[in-house]
Amino acid sequence: MEMIFALITLIGALFLFLGALGLVRMPDVYNRMQAGTKATTLGTILFSLGIGLANFGSGWCGKIVIIILFVIATNPVSSNVIARAAHFSGIKLAKLSLKDELKEDDEKTEGGTL
Amino acid sequence: MVSLIYQISAGLIILSLLLTLFRLFKGPTVADRIVALDAMTIISISLIVLIAHIAQRIIYLDVAIVYGLVSFIGVVAFARYLERGL
Amino acid sequence: MNKAKSFIIATILLFITWILLSGIATQEVIFGGITALIISLLFLTRLTVLGDIKFGIKPFIFSIGYFFLFSWELLKSNLDVARRVISPKLPINPGIVKVKTKLKSPLGRAFLANSITLTPGTLTVEMRGEYFYIHWIDVTGCDINCATDKIVAKFEKYLEVIFG
Repeated sequence: MEMIFALITLIGALFLFLGALGLVRMPDVYNRMQAGTKATTLGTILFSLGIGLANFGSGWCGKIVIIILFVIATNPVSSNVIARAAHFSGIKLAKLSLKDELKEDDEKTEGGTL
Repeated sequence: MVSLIYQISAGLIILSLLLTLFRLFKGPTVADRIVALDAMTIISISLIVLIAHIAQRIIYLDVAIVYGLVSFIGVVAFARYLERGL
Repeated sequence: MNKAKSFIIATILLFITWILLSGIATQEVIFGGITALIISLLFLTRLTVLGDIKFGIKPFIFSIGYFFLFSWELLKSNLDVARRVISPKLPINPGIVKVKTKLKSPLGRAFLANSITLTPGTLTVEMRGEYFYIHWIDVTGCDINCATDKIVAKFEKYLEVIFG
C-alpha cells in the first residue's frame, strides 16, 4: 500500500519536471506560462496527495487539503495576472503565432482601457 | 524500495529547480523571469512537503502554506509593477 | 438578503479552514476560532460576492458533476502539455482569440476564467465585460462562435446552474 502512495508522489514529481522542461523549451512568455501553470498545478496536487495518504490521519490530511485547495485557487490567478501585465507592457507573441485579437481590439479603441 | 522512490522524486525536483533557475537567469524579458520565479516557488512547496514527510514533522507543512501565501502576493505585486510602474 | 447569505457562507468556510489548519478540535481551539472569526467578520461589510451561490438539489448535483469534469479536464490538459513538451518538433501554433460568455455573476466569471486556464491548451489573458481574451496554443482558424463552442460551452452549462 505504501508503495502505491510513493508512486503517486513520483508521478507528481514527473509532472513538475515536465513543467520546468516546458518552461525552458517553449518559444515565448505565453506558451511558457501554459506549460508552467498546468503541469506544476497537477504536479503539486499529486505530490501532496501521495504524501498525505502515506501519513493518513494525525493532523496531516487537513493541512494537505488546505495546500491543495490553495494551489488550485491561486495558481491560475497568478498566471492570469502575469499574462495580462505582459501583454499590456508590450511583450509580443512569438513569430509563429497566428493571430492576436486583443491587440486588434486595442488598436480599434485607440490605446485600450488601462 | 519506498525510500528509493522518494530519492528519485527529490532528484527530479532538484533537476526542475535547476531548469527554472536557468530560465530565471536567461529569460529575455522581465515577464519570463516572473514566470520562472512563480514556477520555482510552487516546486519549492512540493520540496518542503517532502522534507516534512522525511523528517516526520507536521509543523513544516505550515511553512509550505505560508510560503505559498507570500509568493502569491509577491507575484501579484511584481505583475502590478510590470503593468504600470507601481 | 444577498449580504446576509454571503456573510453566512463566509463564516462557515472560514471556520472549516480554521479547523483543518489547526488539526485538532479541542474546546480551546474552537472557542478561540469563533472569537477571532467574530472580530474579523466585523470588518467584512462589503463582501457580497459569495451570495451568488445557489442552494438546492439541482445545484448540488451539478457542482459534483462540475468537480468531476474539472478533474478530468485537468488530467487531460497535463497529458496534452506533456505530449507537446516531449515531442522534439514542438507542435504549437498559438494565438489570442476572443470568446463570449453568458454568465452574469462575478464569482461565476472568476470560476470560468480559472477553469479555462487549467484546461487543455488555453490561458485567460484578459476579462473585459462579457468578452474573454484567451491565449490558445492550437488555433485552428475559426471565428468567435466556434471558439466559444470549443472552449467555454462545456463549463458554462454547469456554472450557469450553480451561480446563475
